[in-house]
Amino acid sequence: MSGGHHAHGSYQPTTGIGRWIDARLPLPRLMYDSFVAYPVPRNLNYAYTFGGILTIMLVLQIVTGVVLAMHYGANTVVAFNSVEHIMRDVNSGWLIRYMHANGASFFFIAVYIHIFRGLYYGSYKAPREMLWILGVIIYALMMATGFFGYVLPWGQMSFWGATVITGFFSAIPLVGEWVQQLLLGGFAVDNPTLNRFFSLHYLLPFMIAGVVVLHVWALHVTGQTNPTGIEVKSKGDTVPFSPHATAKDAFAMFVFLAVFAYFVFYIPNFLGHPDNYTPADPLKTPAHIVPEWYYLPFYAILRAITFNIGPIDSKLGGVLAMAASILVLFFVPWLDTSKVRSAVYRPWYKLFFWIFAADCLFLGWLGSKPAEGAYVVMSQIGTLYYFGFFFIIMPLLGLIETPRRLPNSITEAVLAKQKQPAAAALPASEPAGHH
Amino acid sequence: MSATDHSEPTRRDFLYVATGMAGAVGVAGAAWPFIDQLRPDASTLALASIDVDVSSIESGMSVTVKWRGKPVFIRNRTDKEVEDAKAVPMADLKDPVARNENQPAEADATDLARSAGEGKENWIVMVGSCTHLGCVPLGQAGDFGGWFCPCHGSHYDTAGRIRKGPAPQNLHIPHYAFTSDTVVKIG
Repeated sequence: MSGGHHAHGSYQPTTGIGRWIDARLPLPRLMYDSFVAYPVPRNLNYAYTFGGILTIMLVLQIVTGVVLAMHYGANTVVAFNSVEHIMRDVNSGWLIRYMHANGASFFFIAVYIHIFRGLYYGSYKAPREMLWILGVIIYALMMATGFFGYVLPWGQMSFWGATVITGFFSAIPLVGEWVQQLLLGGFAVDNPTLNRFFSLHYLLPFMIAGVVVLHVWALHVTGQTNPTGIEVKSKGDTVPFSPHATAKDAFAMFVFLAVFAYFVFYIPNFLGHPDNYTPADPLKTPAHIVPEWYYLPFYAILRAITFNIGPIDSKLGGVLAMAASILVLFFVPWLDTSKVRSAVYRPWYKLFFWIFAADCLFLGWLGSKPAEGAYVVMSQIGTLYYFGFFFIIMPLLGLIETPRRLPNSITEAVLAKQKQPAAAALPASEPAGHH
Repeated sequence: MSATDHSEPTRRDFLYVATGMAGAVGVAGAAWPFIDQLRPDASTLALASIDVDVSSIESGMSVTVKWRGKPVFIRNRTDKEVEDAKAVPMADLKDPVARNENQPAEADATDLARSAGEGKENWIVMVGSCTHLGCVPLGQAGDFGGWFCPCHGSHYDTAGRIRKGPAPQNLHIPHYAFTSDTVVKIG
């Protein structure tokens, strides 16, 4: 593994100025060792390209966001109209705003695929706990950033979304109301709220960028996982990052951005909500409040708790359940007791994983439905499985499941796969035998 | 340094601890203005009270006025609505407390304690923020003919008491008074 030992890198500055810089601030060496010569497992599939896609999306959001801030007015009097001004008057403003709004959605699409890839291949298991935790922190920061950003256009959904989300804090016993007023800067969502949310919306992406650096650092200390879940054992198990990973990442990025472009140019409001084109009205709540799609599963969990649990009333219970549904991710490395990393070799985990993935989509669908009748019961069932997956299935399955036989190395797994079509009936090839 | 070898604390240990404590207090003191500035400012707090003319509100009608950035419902209830609310046994209430700032904190949520009081029982004045997560409930709606919150399905009766759904408390009643027969001062 690289482990940050620059002295062992293969970087050779070829010019005088290159050697001069290398002796003083070896940044080119760091980049070379991290993104050119860096060894990656030879069997990475396209599920592993979303880290790169996420990096591009973060850059895209920061660039478009900085530009939008040049034309936007963070004041309740002008906010809504300034967004319309961007859409109608500012040169290319419509394009930049649609890129930013849809960019947020595609950022979340990418992060969800990235997280589910980690859950499927057991990427969070030792020694990558820190890597995983940093990822969860990034995800939490993304959710906060997305929430603040959605308030800025000052439409009806902006206003009432902000009211509902800051209302979560009023559920805290004793200090809840004080905390809520601290967040709002008043008794209701108003100008002080919009101002501070704008400030924080500008700040948080740079904090995300900082944690991304730590995330990549942690990744390069432990090395990447791969679909087999077996650690790299020899040089033959890896290929250099460039051109192999860079080319694969670039191709995936192009495909991803092509889909993104389709949304931006043809259905730019598909993922938005028409109510947000109505200016915020503090005296009138829209008939049906829904958060952005990427929060819907958590919203369903919030609304699933319609009953008191001992001294905890249903309001606090819902907020706690929703918070727990995100916080549980921090503990996944210790909740999974299996010795085997990848779901490829865990038939039962694979089954429960896909049920879990379907459950998250199910909860997302329920989050978009009104909280009444059968939807509430379905949300409760979905919530039960959500927590059951983490707190019962994950710990228990590791103890009772019989995994499939693991190959001895990544190379053996790759070669066995290549032989399969020709000689499927033959036993697996002999072990590669490196230490 | 071998200060940890001594069983007796030295003058130097004392100075370390004292310096550290002073530093911690200094950091906390410096941090406080940055937290304090987030709280409602003077101009927000200055919007203390408003006067509302209710002479044009006929029986069965209601108006919504804005107070401290929040909607306040003023409803002139019909006799039937008052009777319906009075007929509800206290045991049926999810929140048995009046939540009326003009009443003692522990007052029961009877219809009288929720209304503008003896002789003005037809009037009810409440902050129009659902006690669940702050949406504005719709008037003359819901299973109990009072208010219904469209966000998460809380039903309030004609006295604004929570009867069904996730909201934990009755709609809050702000400090208010009839300064004349037709004017209500809220706040």
